[in-house]
Formats: sequence, structure tokens, C-alpha cells
Amino acid sequence: MLKKRWIREWPLHLMILPSVVLLFIYSYIPMVGITIAFEKFMPAKGVLHSPKVGWKNFQLLLEYPDIGRIMYNTVSIAIMKMIVGLIVPIVVAILLNEIRKQLFKRVFQTLVYLPHFLSWVLLGGILIDILSPSTGIVNQALSFVGINPIYFLGSNHWFPVVIVFSDVWKEFGFGTIVYLAALTSINPSLYEAAEMDGANRWKQTWHITLPGIMPVIILLATLSLGNVLNAGFDQIFNLYSPQVYESGDIIDTLVYRLGLEQFQYGLATAVGLFKSVVSLIFISLSYFLAYRFANYRIF
Amino acid sequence: MITRTTPGRLTFTLLNYLFLGALSLMCILPMIHILALSFSSGSAAAAGKVTLWPVEFTTVAYQNIISKPQYITAFMVTLKRVVLGTSISMLLTVLAAYPLSKEASQFKFRTAYAWYCVITILFSGGLIPWYMTIKATGLMDTIWALVLPGAVPVFNVILLLNFYRGLPKELEESAKIDGANHFVTLFKIYLPLSTPALATIGLFTIVGHWNSWFDGLILMNRPENYPLQTFLQTIIIKKDFRFISSDELDILRQLSDRTSTAAQIFIAAFPILIVYPFLQRFFIKGIVMGSVKE
Repeated sequence: MLKKRWIREWPLHLMILPSVVLLFIYSYIPMVGITIAFEKFMPAKGVLHSPKVGWKNFQLLLEYPDIGRIMYNTVSIAIMKMIVGLIVPIVVAILLNEIRKQLFKRVFQTLVYLPHFLSWVLLGGILIDILSPSTGIVNQALSFVGINPIYFLGSNHWFPVVIVFSDVWKEFGFGTIVYLAALTSINPSLYEAAEMDGANRWKQTWHITLPGIMPVIILLATLSLGNVLNAGFDQIFNLYSPQVYESGDIIDTLVYRLGLEQFQYGLATAVGLFKSVVSLIFISLSYFLAYRFANYRIF
Repeated sequence: MITRTTPGRLTFTLLNYLFLGALSLMCILPMIHILALSFSSGSAAAAGKVTLWPVEFTTVAYQNIISKPQYITAFMVTLKRVVLGTSISMLLTVLAAYPLSKEASQFKFRTAYAWYCVITILFSGGLIPWYMTIKATGLMDTIWALVLPGAVPVFNVILLLNFYRGLPKELEESAKIDGANHFVTLFKIYLPLSTPALATIGLFTIVGHWNSWFDGLILMNRPENYPLQTFLQTIIIKKDFRFISSDELDILRQLSDRTSTAAQIFIAAFPILIVYPFLQRFFIKGIVMGSVKE
């Protein structure tokens, strides 16, 4: 019996084998590399034989001069993105659902999905150009209404605003897809019944539409919890400059600078490990909550 | 649904059209501005005269890019990467999703394999150990460094396995009775039926490879191995002109930075602008199917 099972199942093992090997090399071996966080890493001695220093890298991390500010930037940017990024797609999906002209719907969707498909390198280039204080069209428009040019990407006051705004701008169109799908699954007879009872559109939205998509909202809100330390490396790396480190430096950009620019492998890995552990806790928590309250499972 | 036409309703509809129209303009206008800049003369661009229509129309920025070997080289690296990376990823996704879509009674190790894959989403070694692993495997400065480390997109595997599970069980059973083994079942029956899901995953994989820049930046030591987005990152964002010869720098100066930057951005965005509207219907369907389960 045991042998028969093996004969029947070996093709399945064979199919998944290449993936297992690749994941082992490029995902599991780096996990072993985490030991660098507890070492004074010396390239000549390698990961396994570098001198062990215990928790010293984490101590250094706690004493790192800007760590408090970097943590604050990371969490505050991530949370602002989550909140605005959750509300805007819901509102847009509901408004779009009120439109009866199919052609307008299709054109609208094609246009608002566009930024999602461009990289932060290209969008960074575009933003740097249009937000430039001297030649950018945004500041030209502002000066047209009598406002002095603002150096959006060079001012610590405006930088986080630009980060949150441009992130929502890039992703809101895409975010509406799921809500639109949820909206179409609401039973139309509910609206007809409400109409008969004299409920206006606003009341219908409040009492039928919103409760109807609430499970999806709760699900996506819960799942986004896992991103509490992801403020968006690609975006910030392509938009920031030393002038705005104060308001824009985040954990991921710190890891990049410490590790790949200053070669402080031990310290950078410690920072990365700290982030991984906190993220893991939040992701696990959010999956647990999603399973508990929205009955969501990955498979 | 019947909607009564009241004055309030009419006002709302009007405002709604205006608001949504403004939103869609907000998404497309920056792109149009860049396009207009790229076709304008350097002096008009530098003077800030260009808004949404080219001023003093010229294609000199594009001619310059075509004559610039670095841009073409980087474009070719990206092309190679997209073809190689997408075919490998798609093959692995299809192959991995099939065994994982089986019930535990059919494939005993399914749950173990599933956890093995999911753990890689939940936990990673972080940037530095990842970088050192790739260095240790000797991939640095080869195209494989851009393809192999991310070759198994676990999220896509999950999306596809959920799709496979939605297919009627009878199909597989009847194929088995007809003597089909697992490979035949997968490639002759499952694959043809999963085109919408495959189109979605394929599009995202292609776009992902096309847009990647960070791995190129850290895994390629020689600038001639940079993929397009990495090359643009160093030229446009970081304004690092080390890789450009002094003659070319002179041409760039004549051109005005703005028009040349705009043209480079537009060419890099162009393939996506062309492809995605056609695949839109597919990916909307695909995402909805993958995310909304009964």
C-alpha cells in the first residue's frame, strides 16, 4: 500500500521539486544568514565563522542617534497610507457604481489603473519634474493663483504629504477593483425594496451598500495591518534626498544605507531582523483576525 | 433598477461625473505632460512653457536616445529578463500549483509543501543575507541574478491553485480513466481551462520584471548589465552621470535635461501603456476570481 502510494504520487513530487529547490536556496538559506545580526561580520571569515557578539548589534541599534525618528517616520507614513488608501477606493467604487454609462465606466477604469502599472522609478521621475519649484507645472499652477512656489520634495513639512498622496494616487484605481466586485454581488432586490419604502440614494448607500461591502472592507483593513512597518521603500528611495531624511527616512532606507553603502552588515541585518520579527507578529495577528472575523484563509 | 429623476439626483449625477472625470484626468495628465515635454524643444522646456501640448515640436530627444548605446543595451537586458524570467516563473507556477491543489488524500505531502512555500512569504532573511546568498551562488553580474531569486512567486501559485480547485473534479477523474497521467492532465486539461488566470499572472509577472530596478542596482556591478529601469534610476533620479561619456554629456546639456528625461520616461512606459488596456478585462476577472471565494 505504502509503495503504491509512492508510485502514484511521485510525479507530483517531481512537479514541485524545482520550486522547492529554488525557494530553499533563495529564501531559506538567507534565513540562516540572519546569524549575521549576532556577529561582527568579516567577509574573509564568512557567515559561519565570524566572531559572535551576542546582542551587541541590537544595542547599537537602540543607541543609533536617529532610530526614534526613523521608527516614527516608518509607522506614521505606513498608517497614513493605510487609512487614506483604504477610504479612497471605497468612496470611488461607490461613486463609480452610481454611473450608468458603461462606456464612461470603462474609460475611467482604464485611466485610473494606469499609474499602478508604472514603476516608482518612472513615477519618481515624473513627480520630480512636475513638483520642481522652478519649472514644475504644479508650482506654475500655484503661482497662477498667487501662491509662492513650494519645494515639495525638499521640505520636511511637505515630503510625507507628497509620499502619502502620491502612493494613494498610484494605487487607488487598482484598489477599487475588489470593491466594485463586492458591489456587484449585492442583491438588487434590496435596493428595490428600499426604494419602495421611500429610502433615497443616500440612505440606500448607508443602509445597503456599505453593510453589503463591509466584510470585504474589514478583510482588507485587517490584512493591511501586516504592513505597519512597510512605508514603501521603492517610492521613498526614488523621491528622497538628504534634505528630507528628517521626515522621510524609514527602516528600509536605513538598512540600505547601513548595509549596502556603509557595509555595516551586522548592524543592517539586525535592523532588518527587527523589522521582520515585528512584521511577522503583525502579519500573523492580521491573518488570525481575518480568519476569525472574515473567515478568510489563504487556501 | 429604476431611478427616479429628481433635481437632487440630477445634481448628484452631474457632480459625480465631474468628480470622477477630474480623478481620471489627475491620473493621466502627468503622463501627457511628460509626452508633451519630450516632443518640445529644450529651450521651451527649460523656460517652463510646456504644459499639455508640445512647444516648438521636435523629435531630437528621441533621436538622441536611439543613438545612445547605453539606453539600447539596458533595453535589451530588460527584454531578455522579461522573456526569460516570465517563462521560467510561469512554468514553475503552473507546475507547483497543480500538486498543491490536490486534496491531502490524493497527495499526502501537500500540506507540508504548502507550509514550506507560505513560510517564505511570512518570513525572510532580509536584504543583507539575501544579497550575500546571491553573491555566494555566483550569479552577480549575470542575467540569472535578476531571474532566479524571484523565480517562484508564491502569491501567484496560491492564486492559480485556488483556480485549479474551482475546476470540476469530474474532468480529472475522466482523464484518469482514459489513462492520462498527472503531466497529461495538467498540460492538456488544466492549462487550457485556466487561460484567464494564467493571463492575469502572466501580465503581472511581465510588468513586475519590466518595472524592477532595485535588484539590478545592487546585483549588477557593471552598468552595462543594468536593466532599463535601473539605468533610468541612476540617470533620472540619482543624476549620476558617471556612466556617460563627456561627448554625450555635451549633447545632453544642449538638449536640456527635461526633454531628455521626459523622452526616456516615456519610452520606458510605452510598452505598458500599449499592453495593459487590452489585458485589463482579463486581470480584473482574474483578481476577482482569485480573491473572492465561495
